[in-house]
Amino acid sequence: MLWEIEIRPKGSDSDRDRVAAEFDLLTHSNDGRRLLTGSARGYLLEGELSRNQVEQLVRELLVDDLVETATLGALNDHLSSDRLATVLYKPGVMDPVALSVVDAAVGLGLPVESVRTFRRYFAPELAPAAREVFFRKVLANEAIEQVVPGPLSLEHLSLGTPYTFRLVTVPLRELDEAGLVHLSKSGQLALSLAEMQTIQAHFRELGRDPTDVELETLAQTWSEHCSHKTLKGIIDFGDRRYNNLLKETIFAATQQIRRELGDDDWCVSVFEDNAGVVRFDEKFHACFKVETHNRPSAIEPYGGANTGIGGVIRDILGTGLGGKPVCNTDVFCFAAPDTPPESLPPGVLHPRKIIHGVVAGVRDYGNRMGIPTVNGAVCFDPHYLGNPLVYCGTVGLLPVDRATKAARPGDLIVAVGGRTGRDGIHGATFSSAELTEESESVSGGAVQIGNAITEKKLLDVILQARDADLYTAITDCGAGGFSSAIGEMGAELGAVVDLDKAPLKYQGLSYTEIWISESQERMILAVPAEKWNHLQQLCASEDVEAVVLGRFEQTGKLLLRYQGERVGELDMHFLHEGRPTVVRQAVWSPPTFQPSKTPRSSHSLNDSLLSLLGSLNIASKEWIIRQYDHEVQGGSVIKPLVGIHEAGPSDAAVIAPVLGSTIGLAIGCGINPRWGDLDPYAMAAAVVDEAARNVVAVGADPARIALLDNFCWGNTDRPEVLGSLVLAAEACRDVALAYRMPFISGKDSLKNEFRSGPIHITIPPTLLISALGRVPDVRRCVTMDLKAPGHVLYLVGQTKEEMGGSHYHLVEQLQGGAVPRPDFTLAPKIFARLHEAILRNWVRSCHDLSEGGLAVALAEMAFAGGIGADVTSTGAAGLSDVVALFSESTTRFIIEVAAEQASAVETLLADVPWSRLGCTVAEPRLRIAGASGEWVIWHSLETLQRAWQEPLGW
Amino acid sequence: MPSIKVLILRAPGANCDVETQFAFERAGAIAERLHINQLRESPALLQRYQVLVIPGGFTYGDDVAAGKILAVQLAHFLGDALRKFRDREKLILGICNGFQALLKAGLILSPDEEGPIATLTHNSNGRFIDRWVHLQTFGDRCPFLQGVERMFLPIAHGEGRLVCRADWQLQGLLQAGQAVLRYTSSLNSPTNASGNPNGSQGDIAGLCDLTGRVLGLMPHPERHILPTQHPHWTRNSTLGEGDGMAIFRNAVRFFH
Repeated sequence: MLWEIEIRPKGSDSDRDRVAAEFDLLTHSNDGRRLLTGSARGYLLEGELSRNQVEQLVRELLVDDLVETATLGALNDHLSSDRLATVLYKPGVMDPVALSVVDAAVGLGLPVESVRTFRRYFAPELAPAAREVFFRKVLANEAIEQVVPGPLSLEHLSLGTPYTFRLVTVPLRELDEAGLVHLSKSGQLALSLAEMQTIQAHFRELGRDPTDVELETLAQTWSEHCSHKTLKGIIDFGDRRYNNLLKETIFAATQQIRRELGDDDWCVSVFEDNAGVVRFDEKFHACFKVETHNRPSAIEPYGGANTGIGGVIRDILGTGLGGKPVCNTDVFCFAAPDTPPESLPPGVLHPRKIIHGVVAGVRDYGNRMGIPTVNGAVCFDPHYLGNPLVYCGTVGLLPVDRATKAARPGDLIVAVGGRTGRDGIHGATFSSAELTEESESVSGGAVQIGNAITEKKLLDVILQARDADLYTAITDCGAGGFSSAIGEMGAELGAVVDLDKAPLKYQGLSYTEIWISESQERMILAVPAEKWNHLQQLCASEDVEAVVLGRFEQTGKLLLRYQGERVGELDMHFLHEGRPTVVRQAVWSPPTFQPSKTPRSSHSLNDSLLSLLGSLNIASKEWIIRQYDHEVQGGSVIKPLVGIHEAGPSDAAVIAPVLGSTIGLAIGCGINPRWGDLDPYAMAAAVVDEAARNVVAVGADPARIALLDNFCWGNTDRPEVLGSLVLAAEACRDVALAYRMPFISGKDSLKNEFRSGPIHITIPPTLLISALGRVPDVRRCVTMDLKAPGHVLYLVGQTKEEMGGSHYHLVEQLQGGAVPRPDFTLAPKIFARLHEAILRNWVRSCHDLSEGGLAVALAEMAFAGGIGADVTSTGAAGLSDVVALFSESTTRFIIEVAAEQASAVETLLADVPWSRLGCTVAEPRLRIAGASGEWVIWHSLETLQRAWQEPLGW
Repeated sequence: MPSIKVLILRAPGANCDVETQFAFERAGAIAERLHINQLRESPALLQRYQVLVIPGGFTYGDDVAAGKILAVQLAHFLGDALRKFRDREKLILGICNGFQALLKAGLILSPDEEGPIATLTHNSNGRFIDRWVHLQTFGDRCPFLQGVERMFLPIAHGEGRLVCRADWQLQGLLQAGQAVLRYTSSLNSPTNASGNPNGSQGDIAGLCDLTGRVLGLMPHPERHILPTQHPHWTRNSTLGEGDGMAIFRNAVRFFH
């Protein structure tokens, strides 16, 4: 029978507060807490359970008497009149708590068969309009949850009915062009006509029609997501033709740098494995990958971010023979949290809800994995409405003797980790008739929720299996599921797969669904037959499921079987090399350049500084940072918030990932969506510079910085959008060569546009550059907080009139001006000299200049250290005070130097631009003099810090 | 002098096991990590060790409530073995999730006829918090804290607020000297703020049992072992070993 346990909190009711606050936000009211009188959570239990047994379960496991009260009964027993609604996950959505409860109850010897969790809300009197708001927008996310008013009408919790095998063949050979296009659309294959024709020709040659699973496999493998066909295809851009844009720009630069380094080449594996790999120390390489998870996060922010971080962690685990994740990064782009709710296009979640969901998703997955989240950034721009960007990155350590992999003929194909379900099948939905009596459809592929504990257990056994040498190759199941993982791992061999061997979450999946499901937390291993027993025992000892799906064979064919029958047979060469090349046009016409003279706004410079500190891109992200465990694993050296009150914004994080060793990794990033539309070349060069200077500022060796690119663009089918991307890629090539910083990995996401009726929003070209710098000795690292009075402050680098896209323009609502462009000759010299000064212990604090320029950087250094500063020169002769204070010119740092080391530092900096700004003082205030010699900035540190902390101090 | 052997108990989702092992090894112990499945199969393994540590993490995802499923496992399958271990003058340490599990398993405070005396639940701000806190020790009941007056350690938890069933029970814990570790303000702090980050009753950050040999604490001593883990290390070149090291050294010293 079905039991229901309803649990209400004693004392504060945080879920009620959360829901009430959302109601207030959407209705511009303060009625939420009055209308909503309470919340509950609870469990539905199915099994042959007596009331005594349920009571035992409540007492021993489910309810904490000291902080909550429970009522239990048969389903709907305690139906109260004030019940507004019950919120349940839709059938088939991952419910980690329910799974844990089943396991724990069975462990106690109680016959619990299945569990569902729920949330419940109470509101005795509700007008229809308020009810509508609660039901439609506030209580649940309809992508994954269902809202049930009144009693629950369930008879069973279990899912699935048995599947009866039937081979499906797709009559493709006789279709005309229109028929092919229709098939691609209706089957959600997302293949172009040329690609469909190529497939048609192939099967005509074979003299048969493809099965459904063959067509799906081709569609997955040839998808933009898996094959990056736009950036690897032919692009005509004015008089330039790229046959493979990435290969001829970013990748070519890396190859050239490696050639020039010769024997000192410190790259190990670039652009080929699941992550880029570089040398770290004698025993380990470091690997780094950053992914995006934008669309899922727009629909279901929590699950989208959650599975985004889960996926990139598996990328590291699937690099070489398995990297151990040592830290995570996350970068988000959102619309402003104060966006008026009535301005939202239909179907778009409020940015505030997206922000809360995304942060919680990263928090819950990263923290549970025991991986510190150490670095990130958040950008706000109205064009991310409907199209938020969520970048998740992971750094790992890979033993040097485990850096390469190759499946061998005869190796078993072993799936480990989570089970396969219908979640994550693109466009697939559960039909209610098949699964439950309920008339609810089940979530499709775009939205999943992760189960971090399944992945943590997987991580624990994989690393043990790696060290025991139990497999020859590993990869993760990401987009395309088994189809991509096995297809890629066996590309040079051939494979036979028995799809009925895959462990399923519930019955009813067809062979094709099993093959292409993107269920989370699964990895594929190639296991020599003689090692299988050992691996099986290891997995069993830690409650991780592992099964043999098939075998790699030197046939050049991918053979798929179900219950012994052949359901698909594809030529590996055709699968991986058969796709026709995409040819695209790219154009770029720069926006009309407006005069670079920045008009002085009516605000005083003193007021502008406070506006800048409080602008969302610059303001403190402490609310986010402190929700992430950034110190687990014990490697923390430079934390994201530094200074006397641990409240100043660090330029980059540093970890010493091998406990007891002083070799470190600095992790930083560069991103600035405000420049992309104005000058994509300059934007890309400048954000590479930002990523590099962030890690150099804390002590990374500029000769050992590896870069990652993540391009998030609008729809590159439009030539002008692709044109801006080509320019950005060219800039990446040029700056990488100039700085001798190789790109080692990257990823693109090319269709970030939102359409709803007449509304069409394109994101600005958004390039995230992530930098991984090696720190030779973490004890020499430097933080950005001022350390002591009486020290000398220097500006290293040169301020130019580059106000285009600046944050000063943003807060003062000004336009025009040039976007900052790094000086390719000077910049590497500045990095080298600064690093030398840091290695000599001459730099007491160092902060890079980015959003908000010199004045913001000085303010942050001062309040972070609780030390004041008198800046008598801005080091920008001939420029206006506005430009001197707020220009965002690249490759600039402020450094603090003890007076007795000043002349040595000045000598060291002889061949790069520098200027003496002033000195640090004990008084807790910042003063900056303008060109006239008058103080144009004068604030107490408290005022500055408050301006910076308040806006996002949620 | 024979080496002290430390068992670091791993359960699915435990994740501070490696740095806890590092801390004990630095203190001169032999520290081994063992999965709870192996210990459940042969609880007698426990008797090879002098110290049992349940490290931080999110065992079983903290599904249901933090540390709860592990607590049920400990109470049901290892309760006798653990009590026997304690009664043989050995030491048990629960850090963060380990504290949550030990407390909820009734291994720090024995339940009375009405049930458990205290629990650890959601922080008063409803969120996970990673920050550094100042701690003060009380009494000399607990061997782990001998000679320690103050510590500066990080917390990283969502459910660290101690709640007692009744106020007299809270007072009883304070008077009995079981509230051995409490949040306090910085010595340099101009205000009298309690420094309590999570709303814990009595500012309690750590509790020991009546023998003093079972200690649970929310802060992470294993994250303050090296000078470069201190959040202000770049401001102060004289910092030595981290404050957390004392707990691990004391555990080893107890047996010598």
